[in-house]
Amino acid sequence: MTKGRDDTVYPIKAKQALNPTVTRMEIYAPLVAAKAQPGQFVILRVDEEGERIPLTVAGYDRDQGTVTIIFQIVGATTLALNQRNVGDCIQDFVGPLGLATETEGLQNVCIVGGGVGCAIALPIAQKLRAQGCRVTSIIGFRSKELLILEDEFRVASDSVYVMNDDGSYGEKGNVCVPLNRLLENGERFDQVITIGPLIMMKFVVEAVRPYGLPCTVSMNPIMIDGTGMCGGCRLTLHQNGENVTRFACVDGPDFNGYEVDFDEAISRGAMYRDFERHAYDAACNLLNKEAALDA
Amino acid sequence: MPNMNPKKNPMPTQAPEVRAHNFEEVATGYTEEMALDEAMRCLNCKNMPCVTGCPVNVRIPEFIGKIRECDFEGAYQVISQSSSLPAVCGRVCPQETQCEAKCVRRIRGEPVGIGRLERFVADWHNAHAEEEPDRPESNGHSVAVVGSGPSGLTCAGDLARLGYQVTVFEALHTAGGVLVYGIPEFRLPKAIVRQEVEHLEALGVRMMTNIVIGKTLTVDELFDQGFEAVFIGSGAGLPNFMNIPGESLKGVYSANEFLTRSNLMKAYREDPVTPIMKGGTVAVVGGGNVAMDAARTALRLGAEKVYIVYRRSLEELPARKEEVEHAMEEGIEFLLLNNPVEVLGYENKEDPRDPKNGFVRGLRCIRIELGEPDERGRRRPVPVPGSEFELAVDTVVMAIGTSPNPLIKSTTQGLEVNRRGGIVVEENTGATSRKGVFAGGDAVTGAATVISAMGAGKVAAKAIHAYLQEA
Repeated sequence: MTKGRDDTVYPIKAKQALNPTVTRMEIYAPLVAAKAQPGQFVILRVDEEGERIPLTVAGYDRDQGTVTIIFQIVGATTLALNQRNVGDCIQDFVGPLGLATETEGLQNVCIVGGGVGCAIALPIAQKLRAQGCRVTSIIGFRSKELLILEDEFRVASDSVYVMNDDGSYGEKGNVCVPLNRLLENGERFDQVITIGPLIMMKFVVEAVRPYGLPCTVSMNPIMIDGTGMCGGCRLTLHQNGENVTRFACVDGPDFNGYEVDFDEAISRGAMYRDFERHAYDAACNLLNKEAALDA
Repeated sequence: MPNMNPKKNPMPTQAPEVRAHNFEEVATGYTEEMALDEAMRCLNCKNMPCVTGCPVNVRIPEFIGKIRECDFEGAYQVISQSSSLPAVCGRVCPQETQCEAKCVRRIRGEPVGIGRLERFVADWHNAHAEEEPDRPESNGHSVAVVGSGPSGLTCAGDLARLGYQVTVFEALHTAGGVLVYGIPEFRLPKAIVRQEVEHLEALGVRMMTNIVIGKTLTVDELFDQGFEAVFIGSGAGLPNFMNIPGESLKGVYSANEFLTRSNLMKAYREDPVTPIMKGGTVAVVGGGNVAMDAARTALRLGAEKVYIVYRRSLEELPARKEEVEHAMEEGIEFLLLNNPVEVLGYENKEDPRDPKNGFVRGLRCIRIELGEPDERGRRRPVPVPGSEFELAVDTVVMAIGTSPNPLIKSTTQGLEVNRRGGIVVEENTGATSRKGVFAGGDAVTGAATVISAMGAGKVAAKAIHAYLQEA
């Protein structure tokens, strides 16, 4: 009937390195796969002693019962996750959490993804495209080596702009360059949807603001339970001159970009920066030691 | 002859200066001698006022009688007919306002230490019992229980004993609800919760973790899967904040987050995988059990100084008396009749990259006087104009209650909730506005006690049994 404690296993069915620091995995979790929608997220624990981390759904196969996650190796937990291979299991995998991205009735959308955020943007592009919407995708990466999912975006979009900071591939510059150009040339999207680093989303919102087009941002703050219980993921929205507190896990992760207090979100995101760096370094050292022993 | 000593046998505890630096259980429990001596203080009253004070009506004089006969297992059997979680209740029930409040011995001295005796009996059983309980014969009906906290576990246990096939759905990765994520190890060791859960599993209850009802599955889908009744004991989810400036600064936690990080995610360990702010000066806002738990956890995590900031006086403090006493012994400072008006943040105007920017540096409070009683008879807190002052702190924990979680309400059509989001139920049955759906605990009442949630689970189990026998 349902999978639970006595037989909980979430096996890894597929694994692929998209670039040196970004990995794609398919996890067998049929209950999650049955319900997942673009824009929603899962929370996972790699092992019995692990921390709970949220990851946005990057795809799903309802028939196979799998959910795709794409993650950047940024900390101790993602490093541990990346050590697992096809056939291994992860301890906990719960979802789908949060609200799905609103796509109904949209006919002309610009998707702006940055870095690993593109992994989350892709299923939204695919869903929009499937419902007959015109999709313009702007995807940005630091350099050519970090580029992911370009082919998939080309299939899911009417036009694609690949940007990178160093000019090593596609156009040099940040994602706002083509966005500004399109807007200046009179392009009027029904909606701009942006997913990526907070600072990038903040600038995308500012680029769109003069045109008054609806702009959705996808927030991915620190969270524990993902069901509204801890309140750690809270962010401040400016609504009609008032400050309102919202929980990204139950009220989001998508929000009206014009309302989000990005500076506060950026500050809160750095709350455990020293701790995370220490944990990551410790995990790396451990790995290096193991590698040295193996050698 | 009963023991006429007016005082309870004191509970052995770790010394305050020792326990303030460890997460071991504070109270170490009665010895057999102490339990026998305390049991002799019970007068075995005919009308049993204590039983009426217990939300699950444990037959108190009867189990205490078994202790006097040195039949500790017999005492356990008496308790377990009424309570699914004796080792838990003996530790966390507010006995002073329940069973012990009704004890006749209170007229001339202290009541019988009923909670301490219950704990003794449950611990004795857990240490000595070897046999698994008999698995009741199945009656062919299946019931889903949403949430594995005190109300859910009680409801599941009672139904399992009646022969129902019960499946419990838990959103987190560990069963136990607030007993695991909320109440700290030093007050309720997690091994005890695990033992109680295993006891239910031995009765045939299935525990399904990592399933969020309202997200992974809906209540309607549970019926589609063949469950004939559903009990919702999903707890009070969303933490309340005060809506004062500065609550989003780094270093401000809800008590839920602070305690979950420490308890469930084991952030108290030497080199934890889940971070938490340790050390420095901590202010906990609120006066309930959760506030005491958060304050004492902060102390054990290495805080140099911990304040409880509460807007009423000691008399109105809603926390269990023993917890307040323990907190005071451990050196927690109570700033009573004070209310926060703003959380102050560090801001280096000269260096916007200063790593301390955006972290808490203090709490601005205002002094309070108590005015006329409100509709509940509690004297209304009135701020004293011009009495504001600053408290230098590094961490602020808001322990001012929770609101019911909306996930189930928003995905279950026809489920009636009240203005505050609590599920509306018939008091005597726990029946909701949806046929076959029952509810109890904090999901109905908002934040309350473990034992009242257990009482609600018990009431609902009885009603579910009646409902399914009729159907």
